[in-house]
Amino acid sequence: MKYELVAGFETHIELATDTKIFCSCSTAFGGAPNSHCCPVCIGLPGTLPKLNKKVVEYGIKAGLATHGKIANISKMDRKNYCYPDLSKAYQISQLYAPLTIGGYVELSSGKKIRLHHIHIEEDAGKLIHSHGDTYVDYNRGGVPLIEIVSEPDIRYIDEAREYVEKLQQVMRYIGISDCRMQEGSMRCDVNISVRPEGSEKLGTRTEIKNMNSISNIMKAMEYEYERQVDLIENGGKVVQETLRYDDATNTTSSMRSKEDAHDYRYFRDPDLVTICVTDEEVEEIKSTLPELPTEKYKRYVSEYGVPEKDAQLLTKYRNISEYFDKAITDLKKPKTASNFIIGQMFRILQTEEDKEAFDVKTTPEQLNELCKLIEGGKVQNNLAKSTLDKMLESGKPCTEYISEEDMAGLDDSFVDDLCRQAIEANPKAVEQYKQGKEKAIMACMGYVMKNSKGKANAQDVLEKIKSMIS
Amino acid sequence: MGYIEKIQSMLQNGEISCVELTEKYLKAIEEANGELNAYVTVTPEVALEQAKQVDEKIKRGEKLLPLEGVPMTLKDNISTNGIETTCCSKILKGYKPIYDAKVWAILKKNNAILLGKTNMDEFAMGSSCETSCFGGATNPFNTDHVAGGSSGGVASAVGGDIAVFGLGSDTGGSIRQPASFCGIVGLKPTYGAVSRYGLVAYASSLDQIGPITKTVEDASLVYDVISEYDENDSTCEGRQGEPTYDTLNNDIKGMKIGIAREYLEGVREDVKEAVLEAARKYEEMGAEIVYFDLPALKFALPVYYILACAEASSNLGRYDGIRYGYKTEHYEGIHDMICKTRSEGFGEEVKRRILLGTYVLSAGYYDAYYKKAQNLRGTIIKAFDDAFKNVDVILAPTVPMTAFKSGEATSDPVETYLTDICTVPINIAGLPSVSVPCGFNKNGMPIGMQIIGDKFKEGKILNVAYKYEQACPENFKDTKWGVKL
Ligand SMILES: [Zn+2]
Repeated sequence: MKYELVAGFETHIELATDTKIFCSCSTAFGGAPNSHCCPVCIGLPGTLPKLNKKVVEYGIKAGLATHGKIANISKMDRKNYCYPDLSKAYQISQLYAPLTIGGYVELSSGKKIRLHHIHIEEDAGKLIHSHGDTYVDYNRGGVPLIEIVSEPDIRYIDEAREYVEKLQQVMRYIGISDCRMQEGSMRCDVNISVRPEGSEKLGTRTEIKNMNSISNIMKAMEYEYERQVDLIENGGKVVQETLRYDDATNTTSSMRSKEDAHDYRYFRDPDLVTICVTDEEVEEIKSTLPELPTEKYKRYVSEYGVPEKDAQLLTKYRNISEYFDKAITDLKKPKTASNFIIGQMFRILQTEEDKEAFDVKTTPEQLNELCKLIEGGKVQNNLAKSTLDKMLESGKPCTEYISEEDMAGLDDSFVDDLCRQAIEANPKAVEQYKQGKEKAIMACMGYVMKNSKGKANAQDVLEKIKSMIS
Repeated sequence: MGYIEKIQSMLQNGEISCVELTEKYLKAIEEANGELNAYVTVTPEVALEQAKQVDEKIKRGEKLLPLEGVPMTLKDNISTNGIETTCCSKILKGYKPIYDAKVWAILKKNNAILLGKTNMDEFAMGSSCETSCFGGATNPFNTDHVAGGSSGGVASAVGGDIAVFGLGSDTGGSIRQPASFCGIVGLKPTYGAVSRYGLVAYASSLDQIGPITKTVEDASLVYDVISEYDENDSTCEGRQGEPTYDTLNNDIKGMKIGIAREYLEGVREDVKEAVLEAARKYEEMGAEIVYFDLPALKFALPVYYILACAEASSNLGRYDGIRYGYKTEHYEGIHDMICKTRSEGFGEEVKRRILLGTYVLSAGYYDAYYKKAQNLRGTIIKAFDDAFKNVDVILAPTVPMTAFKSGEATSDPVETYLTDICTVPINIAGLPSVSVPCGFNKNGMPIGMQIIGDKFKEGKILNVAYKYEQACPENFKDTKWGVKL
C-alpha cells in the first residue's frame, strides 16, 4: 500500500524589533549572559509587562504578507509551565484571540499551504550547562516572537522545504526578521502523520520539536515518515507524542507522550489590555509593505519575459529584486538586465549572504545606462559583458570603458546599409536560405559583423537580414 | 482637620522638627510593636535621612509638598528598592527588590517618611493577618483580637498611631476589612486608579493599592497623590477628574444613597443596626435612602475564590528558588529543588489557593469553573452598572461582624472566606469603596460601613464619607497606643 504524508508546521520567528516585547531591554543577539535584562524580563515580583507596539505592527505585517485577516481585537494569554528559563513560570502568548487569522503561503506549483493563524508571544531564556552546573541566561527572555501555525496541508517533503523557504523569504522581504535558523531566530516544529493514499481520515500525528535547519527538517520528516509507515505495515500503531530529532544519528526519539503532555492552563493575562487594531491602521501598515516576492515573480515572468528560473533567482532576496526594478525602469527589454545580474553579478556574489546583501559597486542606474546602449544598438553584447566586469570592479560608469568611437557609426541606418551590402554580396547563401537552409544566412551575418568591427548587435542583425530577404 | 494637615502645619510652623517627629514615631514603634506586631521591618535610617531633608527644606523656607514629612508605612507586598519585601512569606525572606513600586516612587519623591514595612497575611491571602510567617498583627482596640487582613499590619499601625497613614492592597477586602476591624478609614480605589507596578501580585485583575488612614481627609489627601497615571501598568488610568479633596465638603442634600437588601442578610445584628443608624444620619442630612435588590451578589464569593485563586496559581509560579528568595538546602536535581522550595516556603493557606487555582484552570475543568466565573463576573458588573443608574452611592456593612479573637479564623477556611462576602463584590466589579467606622459593639470593638461608588467616583464616596465623619466624630476613636499629637 502507498502512504501519503500529512504535515503541518508551527514556525517560531524572532522579530527584529530593537527592544523586547514587554520591556525596553535590547534584543541584540549575544552579549554577556544576563546583560540585556531588567526587573520586568527577569520576572521580579510586582513587575508588569508593557506591550511593545512595534511587535503588534510586525505581527500585522506578517499576517498581511501571508494574506491573513487581521483581528480588530486580540488578547494576550498566559501559558503556564515551570521551567528555569521561564522567569515568571508562564509565557505570555496568545491562544483564544490571536492577532491574525487564516492566510496562506503559495508554493511555486500554485498550491496554497493554508495558515491557521499567527500569534505574538515572548521567547524564553536559555540554559547553559558548564562544569557540571546549569546556569540561566535571560538575555533571550522576552524577545518577541511570532508563531505561524499552518494547516496540515503539506504532502511532500519538497513542499515542506519550499514552505519554510517561502516563509523565510517573505519575512525577510517585509523586514520583520532575519530568519536565521542557525542563530535560532527561526525554529520549526513539524506535525507528521501518514495515511493510506486516497484516505480522507487523518492518522495519529507526532510532533518533532525545535528544528534549526532546513536540511534537518527534511531528514527528520523523511525518517519519521518511514518510521510511521513501517510501524503501521508491521501491525503497530503510531502513538501521539512529542519527538526530538538527533541529526548525528538521523533518528527521532520521544520527549514526552500524550499522557504526560503539559497542561498549560491557558487564561487571559490580566496584566495586559485588549489589543485593538482599526481597519485604518491595518491599511496604513499595508501601505508600507513592499511588493511581495510572489507578485514580483509573476510580474517578471509575464510582463518582462524573464525565464521562470531567472525570475526565481531575482526575487529570492529583496535587495536583488529592488536593484533589478531600479535598473529596468525605462528599458524595452528588462531581460538584458536580468541576464547581467544573474550572469556577471552573481559570479562575484558567491555565498547566499553576499547575494542577500547584494552589495555591488555598480549602481542600478549605471547598469541601466549600459543596457540602454545595447538597446540602442550602440554596443554589442560581448563588449557589454566585459565592460560590466570592469564596472563591477571599479564602480565607474560604462562610459569610462566604451569610447565615443566604439559607439560611433553604429546607428540603425549604418547597420541597415551593411545588411543590404551583405545580401548583395552573398546571393548564393540567400538562395539557399530561401530554400529552407537556415544556416546559410550565417554568411551574411559574418559579413555585417566583420564590417562593423564586431560592434553590431548580432540578434538585431539577424532579424534585419531575415526581414530584408523575405 | 486631618492628621496629615495637622502634622504638616506643625512642621511648617516649627512646632516640631521632622527629625524629632520621626524619632517620636520610631520610639512609639519600639514600645508598641511587641504587642501589636504591626511592623515586620522598621527602617529608621531611611526615615531619618528623609526627615533631615525635610527639615532642611523647611529651613530654606520652602513650602512642603503634599504628604511631605508625614511618617507612614507600606504593606510588605509593595516593592521598596533595597528594603526587604517579603509578603510575609518564608519564600521571600531576605528578598530585597532592585526597583521601587510606582506608589513608593511617588511617596519618596514627595518625601513622605517611610517608617517601615507592615505585616500582612502571606501573599495577601487571608482575613486575619494570621497567615503571616511573622505571626499576625493584633487589634489596637484589644490585642486579643486580630487586626484583620490581609493589610492587618497597616491597619494596626495606623489604628495604634505608630504611623500616620499607610498603603495597603485590596484584592477581596484587604484594605477595608482591617480598617473596619481597627476603627479607621480604608479606601479601595477603582481598579486602574492607582498603579499596581511593584505590588507583588496576588490576583492581578482584582488587586488595587489604596490608603489606610484615621480620617477621611487623610484618605483623600493620600489618594489624590498616589492616583497618578503610570505607563508601566497597562491597566492604570490614574485619577479621573478633579482632586477628591476639593469636593469633600460638598452638600449631599438630595443625594440618593442605595442599600441593597442582600447586603444586610447574614450580617450580625449589631453591625446591621450601626449601618442603619448611619443611614438615618444621612437622611437627617437631606440624603434619600433607596432600598433595592442586588441578586447577583450571591455569585460574588464563589466567583471571587475561583478567579483570585486561578490568577494566584499563575502569579506565584515564579517562586522556585532559582533567582531570589528562599531555596531549600538539600535536593537532588532541579525538579526536587523546586518542589521542596515551594513545599517548605509557602504556608498552608497559600498552598490551598494555589492548588484550588491550578485545579480550576486545568484542562477539562476550565469551562466549568474559570470560564463560568468570568461570565458571572460580567453579570455582577452589569448589576452594579444598573444600580448606579438609580443611586449615587451604595451603603453597606464592610464586614458582617467585628474583629474576631486571634486563632478563631484559622480553624475553618470556608467559614473565614464568608467574612469577605461584603467586600469581594467590589473587587469583582472594579469599583471604589471606602470603609468608615460607624460605631462599636458592646465589647467596644469597632464596626465599619462601606460607601461604594461607580467607577472613578472616589470624589463622591469620600464626600459622602466625610459628611458622616463630621456628623459622627464619636465613632473615630483613638486607642491607648502610639504618638498623640
Ligand atoms: Zn527587560
